[in-house]
Formats: sequence, C-alpha cells, structure tokens
Amino acid sequence: MMVKNIKLVAFSLISITLVNCSKDKSQTVVNFKNLVWQDEFSVDGLPDSNLWKYDIGTGPNSDGWGNNELEYYTNRSENVKIEDGNLHLIARKEAYLGKQYTSGRITTKTLFSQSYGRYEARIKMPWGKGIWPAFWLLGDNINTVSWPQCGEIDIMEYRGQDPTRIVGSVHGPGYSGGSAISKYYTLPFNRFDNDFHVFGIEWGENYINYYVDDVLYNQITPADVSGPWVFDHPFYIILNLAVGGNFLGSPNGQTTFPQEMVVDYVRVYQ
Amino acid sequence: MKKRNFNLLKKSLILILVLISNISCERNLSDDATLATYPNTAEIFTDIPVDMGSNFYFPYGGDANNPAGSKFTAWSVDTHVGYKGSSSMRFDVPNANDPEGNYAGAIFRVDGAARNLTGYDALTFWAKASQGVIINEFGFGEDFYPNKYITTMKNVSLGTTWTKYIIPIPDASKLLKEKGMFRYAAGTQGTNSLGYTFWIDELRFEKVGTIAHASPSIMGGVNVSQQTYIGSSTSISELTDTFNMATGLYQTVSVAPSYFTFTSSDPTIATVNELGVVSVIGSGTSVITATLGGVQAMGSLTINSLGVFTAAPTPLNPASKVISLFSDSYTNVPVDFFNGYWGGQSTLTSQLNINGNNIQSYTALNYVGIQTDTQPINATSMQFLHLDLLPRSVASMNFIIKIRDKGANGVINSDNNGNATVDDKEISYTIPSGQLAVGTWKSVDIPLTGNITNQKNNLALIVFIGNNNFYLDNLYYYKN
Repeated sequence: MMVKNIKLVAFSLISITLVNCSKDKSQTVVNFKNLVWQDEFSVDGLPDSNLWKYDIGTGPNSDGWGNNELEYYTNRSENVKIEDGNLHLIARKEAYLGKQYTSGRITTKTLFSQSYGRYEARIKMPWGKGIWPAFWLLGDNINTVSWPQCGEIDIMEYRGQDPTRIVGSVHGPGYSGGSAISKYYTLPFNRFDNDFHVFGIEWGENYINYYVDDVLYNQITPADVSGPWVFDHPFYIILNLAVGGNFLGSPNGQTTFPQEMVVDYVRVYQ
Repeated sequence: MKKRNFNLLKKSLILILVLISNISCERNLSDDATLATYPNTAEIFTDIPVDMGSNFYFPYGGDANNPAGSKFTAWSVDTHVGYKGSSSMRFDVPNANDPEGNYAGAIFRVDGAARNLTGYDALTFWAKASQGVIINEFGFGEDFYPNKYITTMKNVSLGTTWTKYIIPIPDASKLLKEKGMFRYAAGTQGTNSLGYTFWIDELRFEKVGTIAHASPSIMGGVNVSQQTYIGSSTSISELTDTFNMATGLYQTVSVAPSYFTFTSSDPTIATVNELGVVSVIGSGTSVITATLGGVQAMGSLTINSLGVFTAAPTPLNPASKVISLFSDSYTNVPVDFFNGYWGGQSTLTSQLNINGNNIQSYTALNYVGIQTDTQPINATSMQFLHLDLLPRSVASMNFIIKIRDKGANGVINSDNNGNATVDDKEISYTIPSGQLAVGTWKSVDIPLTGNITNQKNNLALIVFIGNNNFYLDNLYYYKN
C-alpha cells in the first residue's frame, strides 16, 4: 500500500511536468489522465492471461523476428515470470531448439489495443553487449496491411553495450528499419541498468511525445516522417528482451547471463 | 565561500557534540576532534595545481636497473598547451639512456590536509601525447606510506588528440582521508627507448555516475590451491576490480589489498590479515575468499596444510667458503631463474615460505634448469655443489643433476639433445631412485670434478632430470 502511494506521488510529479510542457507553443499536448489499462505485476507467477499472451519461437518467418535475433522466445518461467511485484523477462545462454539463447516476449495482441493515449512502463534494464530490451507498440492491423504499413511506435529500445542511452522511434511506410525516425535520450550522470526508470509516450492526433522519467525529450509529428502518417488506429503493446540482432550485434565473451529486463508496471491512459 | 561556511558549521557542530559527550565523562578535548572532517576538494589540476600545497611532487627513486630513478624534471606545467583553459601538466618521458633517469614516474601527494573522496566514483582527466603511446600506469592512492588504497589503471593507450580517461574508485567509502591524489609511471619500452611527451589536464575526482557492475577478483579470478605446512605464509595476489563503463566497455584496475575484506573458511588452519597475508597455523584445508564493497570476488586460494614441516638440515659450511644460489643460511648470488619453462618441459615451480624458510617446490618434473647465465659463477676455488631434496612422490626414474660451465665464449652452447657443445663443459650426477624416500630430505654433495675440473669459472646452468615432485633447499657451491 505504501509503495503504491509513493508511486502516486511520483506520478503526480510527472503530470505536473507534462502540464508545464503544454505551455510550450511549439508542441501540441493533450494530457491523458484516465487510466484504462494497467498491469502492476503484483501477483507472483505467470503473466495474467487476460492481459498478455506469449510470442514463442524465432518469429513468423523463423528469421529472428525480422532482425536476425539470436534467441528463442519461450513461455517457460525460466524466461518469463512475475516475482516480487515485477515482471522479469530473462535472457539465458542455453542451447534450446536450435538456438543458443532463450528469452521472453509478451504482447497484448488481440487482448488490448487502443488509438492514442499515454503508454508508460517503469523498467530496470539488463546490460552487456548484444542485450536488447524493448517496450513498443504495433498497429493491430498488421495482419491485414502488414509491416511497416501497420505502423510501429518504439517507446524504448536500448543496447546493453550503450547503458546510458535509450532510443524512441516510429516506423512506417518509407521510414522503417534503419530509416526509422528516432531520437536518443542520454541519462545524465547515471545509466539505465542501475535502477528503474519510467519510459512513456503521449500519443495524440498528429503527434507522439516521448519522455523518460520527468523529461520530455522528443515530439514526432507528420512533418517529421518521410512517408504517410500511420498512427491513427489502435496499437497493441509488446515487451521483449532480445539477444543479438542487426540493431546491436551479438553478445561477446564478456556479456554475462542470465540478463533480466525487470518491469514494475505498464499503464495506459486515455 | 558557501562551502567553507558549511564546513565551519559542521566542525562546530561536531565540536559541540564532542564537548557534550566529554562533559559527561570529564575528559579533555582531543586535538583530533577538530579534524573530524577533511576537505572534499575534487580538483588536483585545472590550470594550476589545486590545493595541493607547495611540496607535492615526489618522483620514484632508483633501483638496480635505473640508479637515477625517475627523471626529476619530467613533470612541469605547460602554459602553452591545455585541454581547457591555458595550461596543462606536461610530462617529458626521457630517452632510455638519459643519465638523469630513464623513465618518468611520481606520486602527487597533497601537502596539507588529506581529502575526503567518499563522494566520488572516479579519478578523471584529459590526456594526449606527442605520439601514440602506451603509458604503463596511471592511478591514485599512493602516499609512499602506507600506500593503503593504491588503485592503478595499467597500459593506458594515449593518442595525439585530447581524450578523457576514467579510473574507477573501487570503494570510495574507504577514502575518508587520502593524500595520494595521482600517480604515474611511463617508460620507453614501447617506443624503441625514445622519449616522448604527454599532457594531462583537468585532473580531478568526479562522481561520474555511469560506472557499474563492479566485478572484483583475487588470484587472477582463478580458484588456486596450494599444498603447504604449518608456519608457511603466502599473499593473496592479482587483486583487481573490473567495471562496466558508460561506453559499454570494461575497465579493470589493479587494487590494493586494503580495499578487500578477506575471509578464511577455517581460521584454525589459516588466518588472513587485511593486507591479504595468509598464515598457516594448523593442518587441514581452508579456503581464502574476499569481498570488495560487499561484492564477492572471483577467485580463491585453498590452503591444504599437511601439518608440521621438517625443514632441511641447516647448512654448517662457513659462509666465507660458500657461493649460494638458494638458501636462507647464506646471502644468495643473483639467479636468472629457477625454472626456464623450456619447450617440451612439464615441470612447474613455485616458492614456499615456511617459518621464514624459503623452499623451491617442483612438480611434474621431466627436466628443469636453474640458470646463472647473466652473472655466471666463478667456482674455480670451489669443490662441491650441495643441495637438499625432499621427494614428495615416488619416482621410477633415477634423479640426474647436470652442472654446466658455459666456457670462454660466454654463451650456453647445447646440441639437439641439450648436452654441452662448442666450449661448454658439463658433468652429470645420478641419484639412484632407490635412494629417494618420500618425505625424507636427501642431502647431496656433488664433486666439481670430471669434465669441469679445469673449467668451472663460468658456471651457468644446473639441470634436474627425473619424474619426481620434490622440494629443493640449500643449493650452493662450497669448499672445505
């Protein structure tokens, strides 16, 4: 109970900051305050099947989820579990069904999706070369229009070999993969694997604002993307911890395993 | 100004507290009471040395290889070069043949109050060099006594443009009053003996905030075990701490033992002090482990104590008639090595110290050489080679000892079988395997006769051939 109160306090600080941001005339800001979906990960065990489902394996095309990732995602508690009030996505170095690493990836696909709103999660990062956690959204029309036409909003991506920076991006037709519209945020005098930090977006019509803790560090609007704006339909949530891949290269001998992406909560507001 | 006031306030608060507590026990106020806080000044050099006092630069002294020591004038303030501001510290590393000193190295010890560094996590500076060069050592924590918290970053690569360097502090909570602000050692091993210059600017302690995942280690991070006896002592060595830096790369520093907390799993068998010195006091097995800043160090030393050790018989030959290579009863002449680790060789060597008595331990013998090539021994007036062997395993082979004189050409000349050739002379002495009993010292006196009767003025090599594990002590030439 105590903990929750503290979180509420932290929360209102963020709100205040965002209200302040709305005074900036160069940005269009709407404050989303109505909590519509959340998981506080407060019950030990497996993720709530009403809220999450697993992505298992190496991707629909068996190509490391389109990124040459090295892990095999499982639904085992060795890779995905809730413990001490947090979700743990755990990357392990182990031979498993033809891969040398296992890890976890959960999504709200078909269970929850929403257009616009504020999405945020409080996460403590893993570390080491080749470790790639992400908190991101995909357009729920992916099965009909495919990627990148469905749109992708990466609220947070992080490279374990670059422990002071995260990157927030959007992908769409004409600006996907290596051409995504991105901005990095560097934590001053600290690093993301030392403690929990809040990663979020405020997404409205014609803008997506990116923030870390109480710092609003980017706004992406239709003017910033080199293609059609594909962010006016519902998106669903993905949390995953990848190992290796085109984005950051493979682990090396100094990368220690297991590595854990620890998520305190995920909350969505309207 | 604000800081000063704060310190004053702190001091007076402490004074008040001390006064109160002293009133109750009616003791006089100690002078130390006013020194309860030390300044936390971060800067060592910005454009000038900062709060270092006047007498803070202490070059390293000489040794056998370099009687002059560090060149005294190696360090200066360069008012024409600076990373930030107008000046920097300049280090002119001399040529290897400079009579005033063949390298540059010194400590910067604050001349005045020690500093409280507990609020920082690194020593940082910007540096560049006149050419790309590897600097042997940069660090802090050396004050020439007791050097308790030395931390060193070794083999630092300097380029020709200004670059920031970060030396992590292994455990800042230890640095309550530190005077050793900076140290360096730079030679010309990698520059073909030719001197060069490097510059350091903005040298300061910092709270970087991005140094994480400390991984300390002892004994090189390996689990080492040692068979030994009551009365022996050994040191925990290869102490390091490795950190993950903001760049994602790892930085290892060499760390003084006082940063660690050492533990013996059985203090009735082995004790370990805060300097990592292990003393064996009982028989049995004890494992020495360590933590640094609460983190368990990788590596350990397992002591297998076999109990009471029977030392070799004490030599009775008068020192005036002895040339000793290895004995605690005599002053020993320089020996190149007690094991040359030649190709094809399986023999391993370590040195034990039991009750102050040093012993060479050889294991997995096939052959091994003890060399005095650099300073050959003139044994013209000597009659015997003495040695004491303690076999520790049953041998099927005889034990052979060869003594080699390298002749007038000054070179050890060996044929394909390792035997003396050209102008070398050699004798071979055999101890039949039946004469070697496990656990019993065997004293041998080998006459310097035969092939070397008239050529023993350049003795350069003693070779052992066999298949024992054994201890060696009291290896010396003598005459009656």
